[in-house]
Amino acid sequence: MKPAPFEYVRPSSRAEAVAALATHGDDGKAIAGGQSLVAAMNFRLARPAVLVDLNGATDLDYLRPEGGKLRIGALTRHAAFHRPVVEGPLGVLLARVVRNIAHYPIRQRGTFTGSLAHADPASEWCLVSRTLGAEMVIANTGGERVCAAADFFRGTFTTAVGTEDLLAEARLPLLGPNWRSGFFEFSRRAGDFALAMSLAALEIEGGVIRAARLGVGGVADRPLRLEALEAQLVGQAPSAALFAGMGEAARDLITPTEDIHASADYRRDLIRTVVNRALTQAAS
Amino acid sequence: MADKRAVTLNVNGKDYRITVEPRRTLADALRDDCGLTGTHIGCEHGVCGACTVLVDNRPVRSCLMFAVQAEGRNVRTVEGLANGEELHPLQKAFWEKHGLQCGFCTPGFLMLATGILEAEPDISDEDLRDVLSSNLCRCTGYQNIIKAVRAAASEMRACQPSASL
Repeated sequence: MKPAPFEYVRPSSRAEAVAALATHGDDGKAIAGGQSLVAAMNFRLARPAVLVDLNGATDLDYLRPEGGKLRIGALTRHAAFHRPVVEGPLGVLLARVVRNIAHYPIRQRGTFTGSLAHADPASEWCLVSRTLGAEMVIANTGGERVCAAADFFRGTFTTAVGTEDLLAEARLPLLGPNWRSGFFEFSRRAGDFALAMSLAALEIEGGVIRAARLGVGGVADRPLRLEALEAQLVGQAPSAALFAGMGEAARDLITPTEDIHASADYRRDLIRTVVNRALTQAAS
Repeated sequence: MADKRAVTLNVNGKDYRITVEPRRTLADALRDDCGLTGTHIGCEHGVCGACTVLVDNRPVRSCLMFAVQAEGRNVRTVEGLANGEELHPLQKAFWEKHGLQCGFCTPGFLMLATGILEAEPDISDEDLRDVLSSNLCRCTGYQNIIKAVRAAASEMRACQPSASL
């Protein structure tokens, strides 16, 4: 239960961090909050030879709306979202979701982009990013590129971030004033990993759904956005029957993973329920 | 084997000059290098919360942080709670409300509760229960822990009307 030996470097800027990751290549591993990484290192499931600690790179510590997006720097902790960080529906949505991430002390240290880079299938921020169509800013010594959420998540613990890359920022679209959100997660104990969860965002005007975002997490090797169902929601009036039907449709669309915690059938049942409850909360 | 390095930890207002490998967790450094064995180690993967300490006044798992990362930060442990012979209101309340049985989880709960009550003195009962769910008590004394923290919250509010956020 003690980590294997490693070298420790502490760059003092984003540029230095990118340079350090390039220098160490496959041996190097970026650490921000470390709330998943250090646990894995203590179990020796992860044995990085060099740890590149981002905590000294203060130019990665920012969180600001700009150009219709919320820009989240790589040192933004989960706890920053406990209260709405921007006016309007996005801040409310993030504050609603963050309470489901692990526990209060973990949220003091863990980071938003760290969760994305770790890409646990049960990660709330991965679901938020996929469902809302986030953009990820990936930096290396050659410059930076922007990766859409649809291309970012490649499977369990696997993303578009390469060994010499730094996930420097995530950008979430600010939602207009008519958007509302709902989130529902099922886990067996407070703070446990989600067995299934759903995020819904609806733009409702004049009693009609004008636009919709709907995603499900914790049920596959990556977060799923249900665009086919989003299209079916548009133009409809919110109702209990509509949302119950969406829950059933989501259940029939997804072939869930099976593990020691839940069978595929059980997760199928959960999908129906979490989708219905997320949509119902969004419309209430 | 990575080289050891000199690290200065500021714990409860006092500097400790220690020499550790980078892989030394803050929890191990506090216990084995600083001699502050009040911080307990349970699961070593962030689940149980026995090792909770305050770093810059925020409760964190000291098993999920390396000692080298705590350099230049302000660390607070259970040893820093009492003022001489006078127990901290949380310690008194744990005693009075029977908030501990075997006591192994107690330092972690005390630091968790100190962190949340200093940050949010007016926290609702519902939110407080949620925060206290962060730590495990294998004697399952949860109800009395909640009672103790609630009692201490009232006393701390009375003593410190203008607590800082």
